[in-house]
Amino acid sequence: MEEKQNFTVSVYTENNVGILNRLSAIFLKRHINIESMTVSKSEIEDVHRFTFVVIVTKTLIRKVVGQLEKQIEVIRAFYHTEDEIIYHETALFKISSKHLYDETIQNKMKFRRAHIISITENYFVIEASGLKEDIDNMYEKLKPYGLLQFVRSGRIAITRPKMAISELLLEIN
Amino acid sequence: MKETLTIKSQIKDNETTERISGSEAVIKCLLAEDVDILYGYPGGAIMPVYDELYKYQDKIHHVLARHEQGATHAAQGFARISGRVGVCIATSGPGATNLITGIADAQIDSTPMVCITGQVGSHLLGSDAFQETDIIGISTPVTKWNYQITKASEIPEIMAKAFYIAKSGRPGPVLVDITKDAQFEEFDFTYKKCTKVRSYKAVPETDSSMVKKAAELINAAKKPMIVWGQGVILGGAEKELKAVIEKAGIPSAWTILGASAIPTAHPLNIGMVGMHGNYAPNKLTNECDVLIAIGMRFDDRVTGNLETYAKQAKVIHFEIDPAEIDKNVKTDVAVLGDSKESLTQLLPLLNKNKHSEWHQEFKDLYAIEYDEVIKNDLHPTKEGLTMGEVLKEINKQTDGEAAIVTDVGQHQMIACRYAEFKNTRSNITSGGLGTMGFGLPAAIGAKMATPEREVISISGDGGYQMTIQELGTIFQQKAAVKVVVLNNDFLGMVRQWQQLFFDKRYASTEMINPNFVAIAEGYYIKARKVTKREELADAVKEMIESKEAYFLEVCVEKEDNVFPMIPTGACVSDIRLK
Ligand SMILES: Cc1ncc(C[n+]2csc(CCOP(=O)(O)OP(=O)(O)O)c2C)c(N)n1
Repeated sequence: MEEKQNFTVSVYTENNVGILNRLSAIFLKRHINIESMTVSKSEIEDVHRFTFVVIVTKTLIRKVVGQLEKQIEVIRAFYHTEDEIIYHETALFKISSKHLYDETIQNKMKFRRAHIISITENYFVIEASGLKEDIDNMYEKLKPYGLLQFVRSGRIAITRPKMAISELLLEIN
Repeated sequence: MKETLTIKSQIKDNETTERISGSEAVIKCLLAEDVDILYGYPGGAIMPVYDELYKYQDKIHHVLARHEQGATHAAQGFARISGRVGVCIATSGPGATNLITGIADAQIDSTPMVCITGQVGSHLLGSDAFQETDIIGISTPVTKWNYQITKASEIPEIMAKAFYIAKSGRPGPVLVDITKDAQFEEFDFTYKKCTKVRSYKAVPETDSSMVKKAAELINAAKKPMIVWGQGVILGGAEKELKAVIEKAGIPSAWTILGASAIPTAHPLNIGMVGMHGNYAPNKLTNECDVLIAIGMRFDDRVTGNLETYAKQAKVIHFEIDPAEIDKNVKTDVAVLGDSKESLTQLLPLLNKNKHSEWHQEFKDLYAIEYDEVIKNDLHPTKEGLTMGEVLKEINKQTDGEAAIVTDVGQHQMIACRYAEFKNTRSNITSGGLGTMGFGLPAAIGAKMATPEREVISISGDGGYQMTIQELGTIFQQKAAVKVVVLNNDFLGMVRQWQQLFFDKRYASTEMINPNFVAIAEGYYIKARKVTKREELADAVKEMIESKEAYFLEVCVEKEDNVFPMIPTGACVSDIRLK
């Protein structure tokens, strides 16, 4: 059996209503769970970028990316393994103010990419960013203080190999 | 995301503007795309467009179906026989959802179709208004493209794109949903045909080095075999395929949708592959040394168990859709591009060849199939009529010139196995989706597209009743469709599986049928029922000679089975003759 692994799928699309539906339908058809998803604008004007993370085999991701790319409004789609990308996630933790001066919490925040971004009378908010494991780690550490709210972003990723979208668009236009 | 469409497209200039309503613009777009016939059903949210259809009735003929599903299949039949884009139109809500089966069918069978649906006013969108349904959401997984228009000014660009996308590259269905306010709104109309969409590459370039590799493999092959599919017909590459087959002397088989691209009687035509295909090509798929797939997609009904499919062979895949490469079968050489272009490039690189001994292997296996199956199907000695002999009689009396439109089931397999085609685009059937109810309305569309052709619809008693109401369309349109029902009083194909794999437990497959002749006559269609062999030839003659529509019911043996057969998931070479 071929092994499953994390793949980061980057899909460059036109900026139109309804594309997400079309893309997610392709994962749905093959019963693939989307681990994380981010949509944003890209380096090119009017071109959007979807970043999906899925855990599947290489054979399957090849086929899925082919089917994503086939959608009319998809300009190009790529898949990358973990070592081909530089990636990041961000999380926000809302915690009751009574722990603000707790030394243990200060210690736990020594992780280099965590800091307090807001303080009010009742609560304060910690922002942490890093790899999924870093944030999982932080989550476990902060949980005992009672998380009033927790939210984590989808993965954003920059690929080491080139994704020649601009060149491709130049060629088409 | 932005609300307006920003697909960049290149457009030809021939501008004159005039101030008209969105609904009139829809008609003008259709006329600009050379649409002179469309199939549909009116209702509240599409009434402004129907009002314009009324005004433009001398230029564009609207065919009122009896159910929106019938309209889609008619549009499919129209497209499949003519190569033009089939168009259908329906209202919002139930009208739109009734289109879905036909759209899904067109998607999986790569049929160019544009569906126009009315939608509630844009201010009501999302409010669960009367007859509001999210047809964009519902149709997304089964359309090549879809779009909701909320402003009249979007109509020309979107309609132009719809037609371009539907017919270019690997064709497919496109749905355009238009809110009612956009239909009423006036704007300055100007139409430019779409020739390019920047995010969509209709036809990938054919890489000549791949063609060369393919030619080298074919030239070195001792036992090459071709399996062609509908891609040959869609690409208009019948002549090129024939030239390739004849020059290289390669025994060639077809998938169900590839049928009729090369005449049945061609000496190198070795028959159909797949579950109920011919014995020789299925068996020898696992003997050939080079398998050349042309415009086909290795459907599981063709391959059986992939783990044991053509493992000994080098596989060459000529294909327009990159997503099909290595999807099911791993290829050694993939030649992307349009079949006409790639086969044209291939031809001069091929060596002349004969492969007589290898061809003989097919003939030997055919002889076995003939003795075990074909003889009994076509020249039965038992009392009951067989479906095969009906096909044989139709072949004889139409001299293979007819277009055969089938429904889904045993009769479909028998028709595809035994119909003798002389011309391309003569086999119209629901292959990928296997949609019962497809046949009768598809035959109407086919007949209306090509009135000069003999169009014969062949259905089973089950599927026929799924769209039987379209007899009303035949009657109203005076469409001279010949309608044959091969009646075995069973959902035959399912019954066959129950017999073979469920110990004859015939769960809900027996049909207590109505008086089919009376029903046809109720629609003022000439009708006849045949129960005896002696009557068959005369009845078929009467049907073929009829200038108008004709209904023929043939009562066939109730529990006949279709063989050969590859049981689901079995290996192609384990094909059973009984
Ligand atoms: C819409 C739809 N429902 C169910 C099926 C499953 N099915 C496949 S063949 C078949 C039996 C068809 O019976 P009939 O139309 O009488 O044709 P026969 O097989 O007897 O020739 C059925 C129920 C289908 N293909 N399509």
